[in-house]
Amino acid sequence: MKKEALSDRRKFILNMARGVGYAAIGGFLWSAYLDDAKASPLILRPPAAIPEDDFLKTCIKCGLCVEACPFDTLMLAKPGDHRPIGTPFFTPRETPCYMCEDIPCVPVCPSGALDESSVTVNGHLDINTADMGLAVIDENSCIAFWGIQCDACYRACPILGQAITVEYSKNERTGKHAFLKPVVHADACTGCGMCEHACVTEKPAIFILPREVAMGKAGSHYIKGWDKKDEARLKNAHAIHTTTNVSKKKAVDKLNSGLEGLLDE
Amino acid sequence: MSKLWNNYRYLILRRFTQIGLLVLFFGANAWGWKILTGNLSSSEILGVIPMSDPYAVLQMVAAGAVVATDLLIGVAVVTLFYFIVGGRAFCSWVCPINLVTDSANYLRRVFDIDRAQKTKQPITRNMRYWILGLSLLVSAFMGIAAFEFVSPISMMHRGIVFGMGFGWAAIALIFLFDLFVLKNGWCGHVCPLGGFYSLLGKFSFIRVHHLEENCTLCMKCKVVCPEKQVLHMIGKESLPVLSGECTNCARCIEVCDDDALRFSIRDFIQNKKMGE
Repeated sequence: MKKEALSDRRKFILNMARGVGYAAIGGFLWSAYLDDAKASPLILRPPAAIPEDDFLKTCIKCGLCVEACPFDTLMLAKPGDHRPIGTPFFTPRETPCYMCEDIPCVPVCPSGALDESSVTVNGHLDINTADMGLAVIDENSCIAFWGIQCDACYRACPILGQAITVEYSKNERTGKHAFLKPVVHADACTGCGMCEHACVTEKPAIFILPREVAMGKAGSHYIKGWDKKDEARLKNAHAIHTTTNVSKKKAVDKLNSGLEGLLDE
Repeated sequence: MSKLWNNYRYLILRRFTQIGLLVLFFGANAWGWKILTGNLSSSEILGVIPMSDPYAVLQMVAAGAVVATDLLIGVAVVTLFYFIVGGRAFCSWVCPINLVTDSANYLRRVFDIDRAQKTKQPITRNMRYWILGLSLLVSAFMGIAAFEFVSPISMMHRGIVFGMGFGWAAIALIFLFDLFVLKNGWCGHVCPLGGFYSLLGKFSFIRVHHLEENCTLCMKCKVVCPEKQVLHMIGKESLPVLSGECTNCARCIEVCDDDALRFSIRDFIQNKKMGE
């Protein structure tokens, strides 16, 4: 039996359906690749970078910030760098951010991925307000915590005495020496990475992580009673009373009512 | 010598432009030149005139980014420029991938791969428009500029300006694809940026014009043309090449020994008469 030729209309519909089918396959594969490609939470961005999700949307990958950086700190991710391709980042152990006062990398950004207003205080650029990440100390490998005198990170810190301080305590092992332990203060640290660059250990015992990775979160239900500002959060707070069938009666009545009552409910 | 110039003048100019732009971009990063900073995604001339890739910004908009004014001005500059000179002039005069695909195409002709490959081209040239649409959809769903994450154009250009990494692999892939798999595969079928500029170039003013009375049907133009479907009028009618898919590379003009092809400013009145 000879089959009838396909009508033009049917051909068109079938071809469009094929096109849509191919597009769906392509779209899924493409999305899967992108999902993988943008998932690198440990990447350090230039100062004034907006939150990572928005940054990936907004950065046009032009490299103007890289060209503006006088220290060759910033790099654009190349294929094979395992970072979102074409976006700027830095590796503090190799070259930290030297925290230029005029922050040349920020104003050149054409797309707003680096937000000048986030590092501007009273109309002036202030690199000390930058937030590229947060220094974290591994106390097990930091030789200062062993009792060996080292203050390399403390000395390297551009906001010495604020972002990193040294805590003195008695070394009970020797009985006559002191520990000089570095302590990072999260509110002051900009994540420039000078400490990581300066650290004397084979693999740095102090290193920069993106702030949201480096920090924990206590939750809003803990209140520091000794802190006036924190205590103020309680001002308009009110208790929430939940009434269930069990809590309608007093606890003593409940206990006196015997087991049957309890089991019923 | 003058024949050599006559037959290759646009090719030489094109290579000079392509490589010159790369040198300027490279110099900006390596030696701090201020003439042309940035790259093809976004750049500045002398630190004053911004230029931005309109297709990249379109993807960013689809992804839901708040687009800065500087970028919008840059997009306007670039869009206006290619609107006037022909959208895909970007492809043949600026894009670094053109060097790769042109050399693959040249080798194809030298080794007669075209003739060895008897089968019909299996893929439609409309695929680029599908990919263009798809890239905007994927951008919207994934919240990032989808094509910019896989674009071999940016990889190659950034690679030359900022360091290659494994970018050479993407370039090799395109070279081999164009040489062995599909004639004019990347630029003529796949590239959504080319598709984007095709749409933009539909309305541009600078056109290749065909004069039927001079044509001797030698078909040299169709051999060198990377988008030969746009030359459908050769030997039939005196018409300007109106398809936006024409890259204004002008190879057809210089290989034509009969002066049947030349650049012209688009003549709107005449086109209207011809029922454009």
